[in-house]
Amino acid sequence: MAAEGIIHTTDATFEADVLKSPIPVIVDFWAPWCGPCHMIAPVLDEIAQAYAGRVKVVKVNVDENQVAQRYQVLAIPTLLVVKGGEVKEKAVGFLSKDKLGELVAKHL
Amino acid sequence: MADTTTPLWDVIIVGAGPAGLAAALYTGRARRRTLLLEKKIPGGQILLTDWVENYPGFPDGVAPFDLTDSFRRQAQKFGAEFATDEVKGLSRTGRGWRLDGARQAYEARAVIIATGSDYRRLGIPGEARLTGSGVSYCAICDGAFFGDRDVAVVGGGDNALKEALHLAKYARRVTLIHRRDKFRGEKVYQERVLAAPNIKVLWETVIEEVVGQEQVEGLRLRHLREGRVETLDTAALFVSIGTEPLTGFVSGLLELNEWGQVKVGPDMRTSQPGIYAAGDVSDACPKQLATAVGTGVHAALSVEEYLAAQS
Repeated sequence: MAAEGIIHTTDATFEADVLKSPIPVIVDFWAPWCGPCHMIAPVLDEIAQAYAGRVKVVKVNVDENQVAQRYQVLAIPTLLVVKGGEVKEKAVGFLSKDKLGELVAKHL
Repeated sequence: MADTTTPLWDVIIVGAGPAGLAAALYTGRARRRTLLLEKKIPGGQILLTDWVENYPGFPDGVAPFDLTDSFRRQAQKFGAEFATDEVKGLSRTGRGWRLDGARQAYEARAVIIATGSDYRRLGIPGEARLTGSGVSYCAICDGAFFGDRDVAVVGGGDNALKEALHLAKYARRVTLIHRRDKFRGEKVYQERVLAAPNIKVLWETVIEEVVGQEQVEGLRLRHLREGRVETLDTAALFVSIGTEPLTGFVSGLLELNEWGQVKVGPDMRTSQPGIYAAGDVSDACPKQLATAVGTGVHAALSVEEYLAAQS
């Protein structure tokens, strides 16, 4: 179950949810059949709560959306930190809450 | 020194893969105060596979996450507690063992090391730089990005064969690169690989370099017997050459074998009193889900004997 404050975006809403966001966004490219994506889900829930109002967490299901191609995503989970429409950070694979927190904190 | 205000657990299990979860079920049912420490989330390496079809009781197979999540619920039902932390150190105390986590310290009368293993890297030029850009250790996760492309898999065990078969569903062609002249993996998978029309096997071949600027473009290969060097065009390389036991915080304390696995006796005891090991990290587990579970249960039963003899 996704925590409150996590948005599931699509190709159609990606621009509004991510690129036009007034606050930094963590974009999680995931898919239901990916084990490590399940592993990182609770970390994202914690980050969404810890940074509520300051950082937005947005998930993109790569099975149903094409937007991953635009960011050369070739592995999941891939996390992007996007601020002002620009990719500031890219991380592939599992990250602990502390590590992800550090990545995000740089762009607050 | 652990201060006496630290709660004393009967047993702390490090690692919540199948071995640790099975051990926690048994120590919980023995009514021992059980804490399971996991740095990620419960499940372990099996979560990197797409489908489990050799675990008894599931003739049609089972999704690994469903299976390990049911292990977790079963262990919790009988009282095992879970915490997210990464253990960095293990040292003797007057009452048992102290575990230093990244977040806090813990103390227990007995410890089960079930940290499992991590995938092995090739250690060749280009591999680290292009990880996530075509080099992958999880075909299940990343295979779908290479639909109708040419991809390569390196390895010859169960996992390499399963990954090649999985990729053959999406990719135009899968090249399976193996340094020996026969596979080690299960016969069932060997038969399927050799019968697949779009899987080509390169025997007795090693990869010397992963080539590519922003993404993987090809591999430089060397044929071991003939010495021939060639380049293979490929959009991805899936590395599946086995695993490394995760023994960082016990090296120097526990005896390890030549492959870095924790040596255990027939009752899963290690070289230190009160410390047991189970699953892939131990030298007693043939890297199967069922044997991870079996050795976890065995370690838990031995811990119970150890604790009962103490009090």
